[in-house]
Amino acid sequence: MFKTAKKLRAIGLLGLNERNADYIMRLNPRRLYPRVDDKAITKELALAAGMAVPGLYGVIAHQWETRCFADIVCNHESFVIKPAEGSGGDGILVVTGRSKRKRDMYRLASGVLISEDEIDHHISNIVGGQYSLSGRRDKALIEYCVHFDPVFADLSYQGVPDVRVIVYRGYPIMAMVRLPTRASDGKANLHQGAVGAGVDMSTGITLTGVLDNAVVDEHPDTGALIAGLQIPDWDFILESSAKGYEVTELGYLGVDMVIDADLGPLILEMNARPGLNIQIANRTGLATRIARIDEIYEAGRTPAERAALARREFNSAPVPPKVISA
Amino acid sequence: MNQRYVYVLAALLTAIGMSIFLFKWQVLGFPLTKDLEKPVWTVEAAIRFDSGPGSIKVQLHVPTLTPGFRMLNENSVSRGYGFDLDYGSGGREAQWAIRRADGSQTIYYRISVYEDPRVDQSDTTPPFPPLPVINEPMKTAVDVLVADVREHSADTASFTSELLQRMNDPSPDPNVELLLSGVESDADFVDVITTMLASARIPARMVRGFVLAGRQRNAKLVPWLEVHDGDRWLYFNPQTGDESLPDRYFVWWRGNEDLLRLEGGSNAEVDFSIQENHVEAVAIAETNAAQHGARAVDFSLYSLPIRTQAVYAVLLMIPIGALVMVIMRNVIGIDAFGTFMPVLIALAFRETKLFWGVILFTLLVTLGLTIRFLLDRLRLLLVPRLSAVLIVVVLLMLFISLMSHRFGMETGLSVALFPMVIIAMTIERMSVVWEERGAVDAIRAGFGSLVVAVVAYLSMGMQWLEHLIFTFPELLLVILAIVMLLGRYTGYRLTELRRFKELAID
Repeated sequence: MFKTAKKLRAIGLLGLNERNADYIMRLNPRRLYPRVDDKAITKELALAAGMAVPGLYGVIAHQWETRCFADIVCNHESFVIKPAEGSGGDGILVVTGRSKRKRDMYRLASGVLISEDEIDHHISNIVGGQYSLSGRRDKALIEYCVHFDPVFADLSYQGVPDVRVIVYRGYPIMAMVRLPTRASDGKANLHQGAVGAGVDMSTGITLTGVLDNAVVDEHPDTGALIAGLQIPDWDFILESSAKGYEVTELGYLGVDMVIDADLGPLILEMNARPGLNIQIANRTGLATRIARIDEIYEAGRTPAERAALARREFNSAPVPPKVISA
Repeated sequence: MNQRYVYVLAALLTAIGMSIFLFKWQVLGFPLTKDLEKPVWTVEAAIRFDSGPGSIKVQLHVPTLTPGFRMLNENSVSRGYGFDLDYGSGGREAQWAIRRADGSQTIYYRISVYEDPRVDQSDTTPPFPPLPVINEPMKTAVDVLVADVREHSADTASFTSELLQRMNDPSPDPNVELLLSGVESDADFVDVITTMLASARIPARMVRGFVLAGRQRNAKLVPWLEVHDGDRWLYFNPQTGDESLPDRYFVWWRGNEDLLRLEGGSNAEVDFSIQENHVEAVAIAETNAAQHGARAVDFSLYSLPIRTQAVYAVLLMIPIGALVMVIMRNVIGIDAFGTFMPVLIALAFRETKLFWGVILFTLLVTLGLTIRFLLDRLRLLLVPRLSAVLIVVVLLMLFISLMSHRFGMETGLSVALFPMVIIAMTIERMSVVWEERGAVDAIRAGFGSLVVAVVAYLSMGMQWLEHLIFTFPELLLVILAIVMLLGRYTGYRLTELRRFKELAID
């Protein structure tokens, strides 16, 4: 037991207690939380900073506004409904289209048709606060549904894969791609069964994947190899996530981005308590990289400079060639 | 910097908590374990005499320094007499006085003592006794004996032993025989010995007391010999010369003065009776502390009304539950619903006992979850749905109670004490997790809550711990310090070792 702990310490693995006590509590003051916990505010701040975000179609903040839902989406074939203060991807509904025959039947990412009534109920649950972090009243955001870049087509089962970048004091330090699976119901959250794949910071090429804390080489549904995929616009992704620090002022931040086929990388949301599974996906610990940033930290660098520094500092060892058993 | 404050604060809290604890334990004698009863002896002296025509004054030697025993209380029962305690040459004296009394009189003096090995003889070092004036032919006998004994001894102790052995010899030499010719009682014998020791310039005195054991009427005073070796008082058995003190020997008074002095009366006699009772150690410690004016006791929980005490006995265990919770969550890393919900469930287990508690909890949550999923189909808004779940939980409790009563199981009745709001919240949280993250996560967290609750219950139910915290609430400061230190624990959680084990394989 102590041996395992020692080994983990040696590779610089960051534990929950250490993350909470040393980084989140120190670098993320409580008063800044609304900036990331309320996705409406995040969107506003990101837009003001000139970052690309998925377009907002409408906000439903009150129970009686649920009836406006049909009006909000009447001009959009696909859209996403999400709670503004949701956590861990709970309560997100992805509508990719409508029934051909009935306009008030909506098709979800999984292909299931649901009625407008059911969506209304879902929205009132969101507004009632079922998915919010504190159980308080919440807002439902209805926004642009990302048409993800075909580069990920083989590596996701429905849903939208996204890129998660951990940003420490403004420096991107680790990244992974989160690939939805059948088990995750099209959601890109690891604890819901999505596959996470580590990313080489210097090149933007994927490393091995992780599923439920175990290392996997292939996508469980499509069978495609996970490693060796070049993520497009990697420079831009790193710079945008570095900019997330200026927007939120949170010193320990997770930036989630999606890559739209038409619009390029968009900031989906930011997270003040990003999970630790990214370390398994990258097969290395966060603590080592945090320590390196503390060494080279210098105030006043621009996001582009910080992104460049991160690319230089954190190049992962090349993926060892896979042994294919006969 | 921050870290250091936590350490300093934790050290401070521990120091305060532990020092109060040690003071109460070591100095005031609060017991560490429950139901610790100490024997307490009550010695009663009944003084009877016939009153004379004028004013009456009675003086009785009462215990002053009592090695091995500590006084719990003392009092006197005497109708119409003025009572006073004074210091005389031989120690404390009780004094009764009355202007006029008729017929035969009885006065009682009662003292309660308990054993306390820390009470020691703290008498001052006596001066060398003056050479006694002894008439011939006694003087020659004493001188010869003392010279001879001195020859055969090394120090005060061996001198006394040697002397006592010679004096107790069944076939005494003529000198001893001469000296013991006037001796009628054990007390007289010890008196002679002290005189002889005095002529050898050894401070010695007679002590008289009782061997406390069970219940005694007409208890006999046992004379003993005290000899000072320049450092401390030694005790000798006057019959054998052994340096020893009988078990539970309670010293009543010292010196060769009479026990009782009576002025204005006649036919005085003193009758001692001894009784043994058992008193809770806590009560003794409290009395002891009150006598010493210790502030700590003013805040003792034992001074509260019994009903309030019962409430606090439970409340004070909540920090233990919280500590368990912190360890389970932050050190072991078990998933559970809510922060303190498991502790509250553990409190509820106190009423139902563990086995039934776990069964009832599982039953209620399972039934509640089923109904919650049925409610889900109705598409109720959040707050009405929560309220509906709450009402269903209350109905379920009612149902379970009635059913178990019908089948003659009274345990079911105590289900009503389960915190139903907590159960309703558990059901709601669990169903949300169930929907969002699947049955596995929901059941794991539910099971985790139950495990934490069971561990918390077991730790909170430890009788010795409950007694310890109740008697020494200052220990909660130590628990606070531990919790604060755990709050700065940044090591891995046990479950993380499993979670990240892939990374440790290399």
